[in-house]
Order: sequence, then C-alpha cells, then structure tokens
Amino acid sequence: MAHQTNYNLDQRFDFTAATKKAIFIVGGIGAVLLILGIIFAAMGGDHGHGDDAGHAFHWTQRLFANLWINNVYFIGIAVIGVFFFAIQYAAQAGWSAGLLRIMISFGYWLPIGAVLMIVSFFVVNHDIFHWTHSYLFDVNDPHYDRIIDGKGSFFFWPMEKGSFPIFFIVRMVAFLGLWIFFFNKLRTLSYDEDLRDGTHNWFAIRKWSAIFLVVFAVSSSISAWDWIMSIDTHWFSTLFGWYVFSSWFVAGLSAMTLIAIFLRERGYLTMVNENHIHDMGKFVFAFSIFWTYLWFSQFLLIYYANIPEEAVYFVERLESDIYSPWLFANLIFNFVLPFFVLMTRDSKRHSIFLKVVCTLIIVGHWIDHFLMVQPGTLGHNGGVGFMEIGMFLVFGAAVTFVVFTGLAKHNLVAKNNPMLEESYHHHI
Amino acid sequence: MERDKNFVLGIYDDEDVLLNAVTQIRQSGVKIHEVFSPYPVHGLEHNLGYRRSRLPIAAFLFGLLGTTLALTMQFYMMKFDWPMIIGGKDHASFPAFIPVTFELTVLLAAFGMVGVFMVSSNLKPWGQPRIFDIRSTDDKHVMAIDLVNNSHLERERIVEVLKASGATEVNNKSFE
Repeated sequence: MAHQTNYNLDQRFDFTAATKKAIFIVGGIGAVLLILGIIFAAMGGDHGHGDDAGHAFHWTQRLFANLWINNVYFIGIAVIGVFFFAIQYAAQAGWSAGLLRIMISFGYWLPIGAVLMIVSFFVVNHDIFHWTHSYLFDVNDPHYDRIIDGKGSFFFWPMEKGSFPIFFIVRMVAFLGLWIFFFNKLRTLSYDEDLRDGTHNWFAIRKWSAIFLVVFAVSSSISAWDWIMSIDTHWFSTLFGWYVFSSWFVAGLSAMTLIAIFLRERGYLTMVNENHIHDMGKFVFAFSIFWTYLWFSQFLLIYYANIPEEAVYFVERLESDIYSPWLFANLIFNFVLPFFVLMTRDSKRHSIFLKVVCTLIIVGHWIDHFLMVQPGTLGHNGGVGFMEIGMFLVFGAAVTFVVFTGLAKHNLVAKNNPMLEESYHHHI
Repeated sequence: MERDKNFVLGIYDDEDVLLNAVTQIRQSGVKIHEVFSPYPVHGLEHNLGYRRSRLPIAAFLFGLLGTTLALTMQFYMMKFDWPMIIGGKDHASFPAFIPVTFELTVLLAAFGMVGVFMVSSNLKPWGQPRIFDIRSTDDKHVMAIDLVNNSHLERERIVEVLKASGATEVNNKSFE
C-alpha cells in the first residue's frame, strides 16, 4: 500500500472482567425481576376466567409468550448482523470496512438462539400457537374452524392436519440452519482473509453474500409469517414479512452503532471516526422511517377499508387499556424520537445522541414485538411487568455476552480487506 | 446591493493543485471570492473555510409549512366546508390525512429548497449570473479573487501568489 497509516490493525477486543461483570449484573437484575414476576404471577394467578378458546389462563402462558418474543427478537437482531455484513460485500461498500467484524460477530448468537427457538417452540406450543390445537381441524368438533382448516396445509403438510406440524418445523429448522451455514461460511472466509494477501477471499465472500441475500429475502419473510403472524391465525397482512424484517433491521443497526461507539470509547477501532458513525446514524434514521412507512401502510389500509376480519387486529390493540399506550409508545420510540433527534447532521456525529436514540430504539422494537405477540396470545392477561422487563434483560445480557465473546476471538479489523484504504478516506 | 466589479482569475488544470492552492492562498492572506469548477471537488468547501450550508434549515421550515398547510386544508374541507361521511369514519379522520400531508410536506420542502437555492446563488429568473470564465463549465477550475476585498494587497502581489500556487493562467475580469 502506498499510503502509510498509523492504525493498529492487529488490535483485538479485550473482553475484560469488568465488562463481563457489568453484563452479568444486568443479566442478574433481569433474572431477579423475572423471578419476581413469576412469583407475583403464580401468587395472583389462576384467575380462571376462560377466554373464547375455552381454556383458563395460566401464568406460564405469559412466561412462554415472553420467551417467544425475545427468541424471535434477538434471533432477528443476530441474523441482521450477518445480513448487513453480506450487504456490504454485495454492494461493494468501502466505507464500512472497519465495522465488518462487529456485524459478523452478531451471528454468534444464531446457533444458540436457533436451539433455544426450536426447543421453545415445543414448550410454548399450544399456549402461543392457537393453530396447533388438533380440534380446529376436526369437522365434527364444536370448535372446528373452517378458516384455520383452510390454512392447515401450510403448517402440517404432508401429514394430516392437526397432527404434527412437520412443514412448519422443517421450515424453521431449514431457515435457521441456512442462516447458520451462511454465517459460518462468511465468518470463516473473513477470518481466513487475515492470514493471506490478495482479493481472493473478498470475491469469495461477495459471491456467498449474494447467495445469502437471496436466501434471506425469502426466509426472513416466511419466518415472520411462521413465527409471528401465525399467532393471529385468522388475520393476515401481505407486508408483514418486510414489517418484521424492518423492525429487526433497525434494532440490529442500533445495536451495531452502540457497539461501534462502545469500542471507540475504549480506544479500539481507531480507524472508525465520526464519518463512519455518521453513516451508521443515517442508516438508523432512514430505516426508522422505513419501518414507520411499513407500519403505517399496514395500519392505514386496514383502518380505511374497515373490513372486520382485518380490523380486529388493531381493535385488539387500540381498544385495549393494556396495549393502546404501548402502541403509541411504539410510534414515539421508533419514529418520532429517531426522526426528530437524528435529523440534523450534528446529532449523527456526536455519539451521545446516538447512544440515547439507539438504546431507545432497541427497547422500542422490543415493544413492537411485544405488541405483535401478546395481544393474540394473552389478550387481557398480558402487559408489561416484571416478567417482561426481566426476560428482556436476561436475553439482552446473554446476547451481548455471546456477541462480545465472538468479537474478542479475532482481530477487530479485517486487516487485509481491499476496501480498508477507501474506508480511511471516508469523509462526509 | 453594491457588487464588486474587478477580479483577478487564477485558472487551474488539476484538482489536487487547486486544493493545495486554496489552502496556500488563504494562508498568504489573500481572500478568495469564489472557486468555480466543472464538477464537485471533494474537500474544496473545507479548504475554502466555508461554513455549513443553511439550506437544510430552509428545507425543514418549508416542510413544516407543507405539513401545516396540508393538515389545515384537509381539516377545513372535511370538517367545515363540505363534511362527508366516508366509510363510516369521522369527518376529521386524522389517519386518512397522513398520505396527503406527507406528500405536501415533501413537495414544499423540495420546491422550497430549490427556490431558496436559486435565489441565494443568484440563479433566479430575473437575476444575471456572472460568468467569470466559460471554461469552468468544461475542463478548468477558476478561482476568482476580488480586488476591492483585497485592497490591502497590491495587484502584482496577488498575481504572484496565484502563479506560485500552480495556476496555469492568471487573467483579469471586469463586470459592467
């Protein structure tokens, strides 16, 4: 290279005991809140008022709903890291060369998250997914549901409807498996690049990235229908897949921005300056608006057409004392705040604004997932309490721990990346 | 507005030479009126010491105007001027107003920004833009130095500084 730089490209992230302790404390607080929540729920629980489905509410259902919310949310953030990494290569982006290792390290949660997710599905089963009940598909049963029966093949094919949801499980395992496969492929190639010269690995990663993006385009949408939209089995929305994807994407971008700022403040990643952070801020800003666009597109059409089977989704949320404040909080956290705070150039270049907004966005999109899952599963028994906050903190701490451990394994900068030179000279 | 008439022009072939020249000339105490180049030169504004453009503020204010106009218009029409029940909704059904509000906000912000830019850079229809050297639209970078603004310096001194900084030509330009 003609240009000599003073950046230490061999630097590694030292996952210090102090950082670990901080993460454990957050996780510990979460665990305590979670246990408190469980105790309160178990003591006060068993109200025993049956809902329409005909079975009484049990507090474990709320625990399972939380398990599912956080599983879906954090596996989404993890795959977004790999997705954003792939985007950089497919777009041949140069500015982001210093941030690549942060993106790819998100994928370390994927294998753990995948196992948790598959296990949780069998645990939460009937409590979250109404369509798993076999009586819905039995014509002679009083609870027979013609609409769900019509959609049954999507879950049970090729087996008999109402038996074992083989198609659903195969999809879940296949998507998670593919995501993990591509994560491993991209990760191995990227770390291998540190050991050799030339552009061979860069081109190889670009090829695999392009394939992954096609796979992800399909799998992200379908996983959103499977994991979230199938909760409200009667209801459907054609843009739901993108809506969930955009929610994951903004949360993932915010998490990456926070980690980049965290590393810079501790003296790592000296090659990443306010220009790169500014670009991350732009992404957060732009995709917050994108999320709002999808949220509102979904809402407006349903509101305007006012067809009962569609409108019920928003009636459940807006007419409820439990959920309607969160629906507005969702819009404030994920649209109003990022839109007005990140609008000016200065706020995207000074990390204090980004730190506040990104943290709130991560919380905000959790609320978004909360609103997608709880009204359809818990109804009037849901809400944000100790259990919700606790489970979120436990999961958040676990994911942070896994991502930081992965980040510490290799160099923080892909030192032989051909785009590094371009990244040094990034000025906006 | 009193406009200055007499300029010295430095003509540059190369953008790197130009970028260094700008820094060098400013250091030697000569005030640069403006630099014209056929394409955007990265870092030129920074070297010229320009403050950040205030165009985004104008855009925001025009956007705000668009939002206000759109909401006022729709509320007035739907609630007071000609109330109609559409799909069983209230007359003033806020969510239904959002698309129009969004469009008008974008429209006014964009038009306002273009208008402000035109006026502030003297491209308004009734304005007469000054052409310092027609080659700045083709292959030359043109640096204009205002003689009135640099009255503390001799003309010869300015020419000398320009030549030393790598200008291929130094010309005079006067406007009527």
